[in-house]
Amino acid sequence: MRFAFSEEQLEFAQATRDLLAKECTPAHLRAAWSNATGRSEGAWSALVEMGVTGVLIPESSGGLGLTEVDLVLLLEETGRCALPEPIVDTALVAAPESWVRIDETAACVLPESPLAVWADTAAVIVVLAADGVRVIRREDVTLAQRRSVDGARRLFDVTVPDHVAPIAPVAAAARAFRRGALGTAAQLLGLADQMIEMTVGYAREREQFGVKIGTFQAVKHHLADARVKLEFARPLVYRAAWSLKQQDAAASTHVSMAKVQAGEAALLAARVALQCHGAIGYTTEYDLHLYMKRAWALEKAWGDTTWHRRAVGRALRAGGDQRKGS
Amino acid sequence: MDLKFSAADEEFRAEVRGWLAANVPDPALPSGDTAEGFAAHLEWERRLFDARWAVVSWPAEFGGRDANLWQWLIFEEEYWLAGAPQRVTQNGIFLLAPSLFEFGTPDQQRRVLPKMASGEQTWCQGWSEPNAGSDLAAITSRATRDEPAGGWRLHGQKTWTTRGAFCSHLFGLFRTNPDAARHRGMSYLLVDLDQPEITVRPVERLDGDEGFAEVFFDGAFVPDDMVLGTVDEGWAVAMATTGSERGLTLRSPGRFLATAAKLVELARTRADVADTALHDRISQAWIDAEAYRWQTFATVTRMVEGGHNGADISSENPAGSSMVKLFWSELDVRMHELALDLLGPHAELVDGDLAQWMKGFEFSLAGPIYAGTNEIQRNVVAERVLGLPRR
Repeated sequence: MRFAFSEEQLEFAQATRDLLAKECTPAHLRAAWSNATGRSEGAWSALVEMGVTGVLIPESSGGLGLTEVDLVLLLEETGRCALPEPIVDTALVAAPESWVRIDETAACVLPESPLAVWADTAAVIVVLAADGVRVIRREDVTLAQRRSVDGARRLFDVTVPDHVAPIAPVAAAARAFRRGALGTAAQLLGLADQMIEMTVGYAREREQFGVKIGTFQAVKHHLADARVKLEFARPLVYRAAWSLKQQDAAASTHVSMAKVQAGEAALLAARVALQCHGAIGYTTEYDLHLYMKRAWALEKAWGDTTWHRRAVGRALRAGGDQRKGS
Repeated sequence: MDLKFSAADEEFRAEVRGWLAANVPDPALPSGDTAEGFAAHLEWERRLFDARWAVVSWPAEFGGRDANLWQWLIFEEEYWLAGAPQRVTQNGIFLLAPSLFEFGTPDQQRRVLPKMASGEQTWCQGWSEPNAGSDLAAITSRATRDEPAGGWRLHGQKTWTTRGAFCSHLFGLFRTNPDAARHRGMSYLLVDLDQPEITVRPVERLDGDEGFAEVFFDGAFVPDDMVLGTVDEGWAVAMATTGSERGLTLRSPGRFLATAAKLVELARTRADVADTALHDRISQAWIDAEAYRWQTFATVTRMVEGGHNGADISSENPAGSSMVKLFWSELDVRMHELALDLLGPHAELVDGDLAQWMKGFEFSLAGPIYAGTNEIQRNVVAERVLGLPRR
């Protein structure tokens, strides 16, 4: 048993963090909110340059030949900065199955996430359904734009022509769903961490009644609760990444546990962050809303908390104690 | 990352499981927090000791198996899953012992540890006083020098001493330097309770057991060789002990995983299948218990790689243990509230098989209070984990 990342994995995550600290600042996010695509200008090409979109692709096919365990920390970093890019749909879901080229992007549609994000700039639309996976070139579908509370997330209703048949079986759709949910859970961890950190920074500086508001127990206790929630979400996300890598028979349940804990941690962090900031956090001039709104969106994406909690419940009732013997 | 246990650890699990299956008392023992139950529990502790399961992570010379930290966690998982009795020796083996391994002299370890492991000597904790609860540094019980006798004379009162009415020994903090500042001038003393200068008064707890006691000292004696650590520097030793109490040792994940498993079983017969809200709460309890398990595995990985052995489990980051204590104590309350919801009108029963849930509920309510209230733990997390200003 060794439940920790390797030096290389930690360095890869740190390199991604350093890159995104430069390429995905709040200023970049604000630009994405108002530009034509909702996407970053430089961050995506820099990540593609690093090989991120090919992380799960074998080296023989031009990828890095790595695993979900290598990728999970990096996805957390893309959450921390609220990266406005389809990295989950592309690097985790479509690219490893060769549904999209590694220099293109994909947008996924599934019953639990029926709106396709950044679909107008995607090369392909990936439809995960009960009868398998359909992959359609973007120019062959009809897109109707919808607005998200998160101005960077460009959402689309997708209409697929009737004659398109699945190109991959149900098992592939299930695998894709597990990866998409895991990637989203990892991003939620990063978002939670970001919002807690911003709020701690604010509470250390802001003064009322002649003292820093961070000295008040009411503020401390809110932030401590958010930190504890995050502390007990992270391990389940990392464990689910391992289970996916190992193709563990219970991987699907492990991913659902991860999505539940990460979604709850991010929502609590958002709530606490806003409350501790007070009115400044309620403005769009302040940066908090950029992260908070992403958290609201992602907690519901790829199966919301209730959906995944019930998936865990079904597995529990069917299998009893899955811990026995392992 | 490698989330499989080694073959040796799996063999260890199989051995533990086999022994427990053949030996766990059935029917369950009466509560260990009553005079009658305490005696029955000591017999069980003796059986554990004779089979060398009492203190698996300790060195063999003190009655252990030199088990590594993983095996210790495995033992705990199996112990609770098998429905084995609460450990009445726990305040000794889980709270005092880690501090003895860290701060004790070889002589103290030889004299205290084997008898603690066998249950021949039982230890209670003497920290809280009538005017020092959350504010532990406010204690006033004192130890004064008795030079001719070569030791210390104790005066004052301890309170909320769990199993104080049944234990033979007490470890506690006493002021040895009345002129020193709040956190200084205290010493960590190991006290034999069988002295005429000590009066123990049992106090009935919320659940009706005589689990609490007040302990009055009127000149009782502690020899110099029963001071743990340095005279006047007992605070540091005590803080190491609280780390054990909040974190890994006293309340390991196995206990909560077992409760979650029992809840799932209870729901099979008691929950309306259409009551999705109830099932959601059960699923969440299970997820939370799993989260504690894996958070612990991450902690233990760091400890193992930092060179800790099985016996030395008190050096965990104290601020980290505050997060752990907040999590398990509130999870325990939620799980027992859920069980009572499942039982409905039978929840109030304190006889028969279902009594374990009301009893467990009452006990769970103590969790957010003992080992430092959760309000104090939130302050610790805010200040030492997040870096918010103290004042």
